[in-house]
Amino acid sequence: MLRFFAPLIAPLVGALFVCSLLWAIVMSPHAPAAHLASEEFHLAPKAIHYSFEGPLGRYDNEQLQRGFQVYKEVCSACHSMRLVAFRDLEEIGFTKPEVKALAKGWATETPSLNPDTGEAATRKSLPSDFFPGPYPNEIAARAGNNNALPPDMSLLAKAREGGPAYIASLVTGYADVPADLKKQFPDFNVPPGLHYNPYFANLNIAMPPPLVSDGQVTYADGTKATRLQMATDVSAFLMWAAEPKLENRKRTGIAVVGYLIIATLLAFAAYRNIWHGRKH
Amino acid sequence: MSFPWAAHYAPKNPFMRWMDEKLPLPRLVYNAVGAGYPVPRNLNYFWNFGVLAGAALGIQIITGVILAMHYAANGLVAFDSVEHIMRDVNSGWLIRYAHANGASFFFIVVYMHIFRGLYYGSYKAPREMVWLLGVVIFLLMMATAFMGYVLPWGQMSFWGAQVITGFFSAIPVVGEPIRMWLLGGFAPDNDALNRFFSLHYLLPFVIAAVIVLHIWALHLPGSNNPTGVAVQGPEDTVPFHPYYTAKDGFGLGVFLICFSLMVFFAPNALGHPDNYIPANPLSTPAHIVPEWYFLPFYAILKSFTANFLGVPAKLWGVMAMFGAILLLFFLPWIDRSPIRSGNYRPIYKKLFWVLVVDVLLLGYLGQAEVTPTVVLLSQLCAGYYFAHFLIVIPIIAKFETPLPLPNSISESVLHGEAAEAAPYGTAATA
Repeated sequence: MLRFFAPLIAPLVGALFVCSLLWAIVMSPHAPAAHLASEEFHLAPKAIHYSFEGPLGRYDNEQLQRGFQVYKEVCSACHSMRLVAFRDLEEIGFTKPEVKALAKGWATETPSLNPDTGEAATRKSLPSDFFPGPYPNEIAARAGNNNALPPDMSLLAKAREGGPAYIASLVTGYADVPADLKKQFPDFNVPPGLHYNPYFANLNIAMPPPLVSDGQVTYADGTKATRLQMATDVSAFLMWAAEPKLENRKRTGIAVVGYLIIATLLAFAAYRNIWHGRKH
Repeated sequence: MSFPWAAHYAPKNPFMRWMDEKLPLPRLVYNAVGAGYPVPRNLNYFWNFGVLAGAALGIQIITGVILAMHYAANGLVAFDSVEHIMRDVNSGWLIRYAHANGASFFFIVVYMHIFRGLYYGSYKAPREMVWLLGVVIFLLMMATAFMGYVLPWGQMSFWGAQVITGFFSAIPVVGEPIRMWLLGGFAPDNDALNRFFSLHYLLPFVIAAVIVLHIWALHLPGSNNPTGVAVQGPEDTVPFHPYYTAKDGFGLGVFLICFSLMVFFAPNALGHPDNYIPANPLSTPAHIVPEWYFLPFYAILKSFTANFLGVPAKLWGVMAMFGAILLLFFLPWIDRSPIRSGNYRPIYKKLFWVLVVDVLLLGYLGQAEVTPTVVLLSQLCAGYYFAHFLIVIPIIAKFETPLPLPNSISESVLHGEAAEAAPYGTAATA
């Protein structure tokens, strides 16, 4: 039955789908889609190179410490980093006493309970605590930021197309609306409270420029804190925050792939040996 | 099981004799993947992918069982429990990246396996049942992979679940109630997450069981081969072990090298950045795309943009997407050409490569931003996909003149070298 009917019915079913598609082609609107300013003026991230790129890439601890300083003094005013704990900072070269001091001196305290009354309270952070965020909850965060929500930064470097280079480009990318754009798209405007930034998908971002001038932070190691330097350092730190096991992963990878290459060569030799003299 | 000249299992010591009497498991293994299974001697590297798919399933089950020890299937904590695995569990990053990329590699080797079957006519008689069970495995894999992608409860997890369960709402009248029944609510939430986790843990073992049937059904007629010509005598075959165990060992090594390169050096290359943002029902991502291995079918879904014959466009799209896979069930009967191997089918061979390019193009179009050009190209490619299987194959099966087939596998391999043609075991000593 199936053997006889299948070759007859199949072309009919096929023709049905093909006709439906042809009809869809006929019916599709021929007017070209509206041109958007965000297609024309959006910029790809700048070419910024990091020490952790490539199969042998490693984090640069001095850069991560500088980046942490930028996060602490600039970003953390609005952005939380709830998945990173103070103790994790030992991995990027801070000593135990330094970590303890950083936790204790953090701008906001860790939520806790009053042990006597059970009422909500806060306390000084310990190395085992995660970074306390700047706002107690989302409503507070939105209320403080013109109804925009500053995203948590723990995974930001992995959660954006373009990664750390995108973040560094974005925070240094604020500009005036180009004259060309105004000419081509007279309707384009930057709504009040937003800022023009060609690296942002729709060109208008709620975040005010975070790095306004060179020397905004004073690096302890004497590195000149240009805006691009601060942006590069903090984006490297964000990559570490998002992928703390990167060095471990790449180191393990070299060993595993090396081992597998040797094992595969042996397997190939065994295969040729067994098939020796037998045509196939 | 397959050929009369298959070597017979003979237990070598008293313990194995005792075992053979009480529970003949060693005999089963010997006959299935040991010296007792004669295999055509001319298999090329494309025949490695069946074993590799089995290995990929093994990797998924082992890494998956370990992940489940640390993962929590609850909407409030699922995302953080995955980050806990990445940051705090010993080598948790390795287990998770291996599992996430393992899914991609499972699909890569299965797609190679399927296209090998299409080119060499492995779906044709007497192996129809092998093919049917294979399509069942493919469907189970797609369901498992989809539910697995929901578990990290990131933005793409949530919105992917929203879109894919939304397919069911295209069914007239009962669609919406079915969708709500599947999800356990109006939108994906904790109930959906819980049942997806339960099924995601169950289905791989169902897949393993269907694989057993797949291999069982294969061993009755024996493996196909690049000539498509049936095995005629002992000179056409070699025992699976050691010949193909050795070749598969090498293939497995190459597979693991490619897999490791992804896991250790580009673990997020095949994922989507949005899935590192926790699920948020109030914020829709700009572009919702499924995992890469669903993209050709996603492109087919999106290419039906007009109502036709009173059927809404969305329903056409959903029918076409499922139809694109379900038509594979009928392929053994749609293609009536008696010639199996594409090597001897000049027209089919060319159209096979057109199909490969067509599917790759559909994959590209599935993730591309929707522009009029992209839509038109997907419509043409989707049209070719259906025309290829349902119209072109039945027609060329009737009108194509095949090239002359070799008389036997050994003839095609040996070109008349008589000593080589001796049955296995005699030539090696001669």
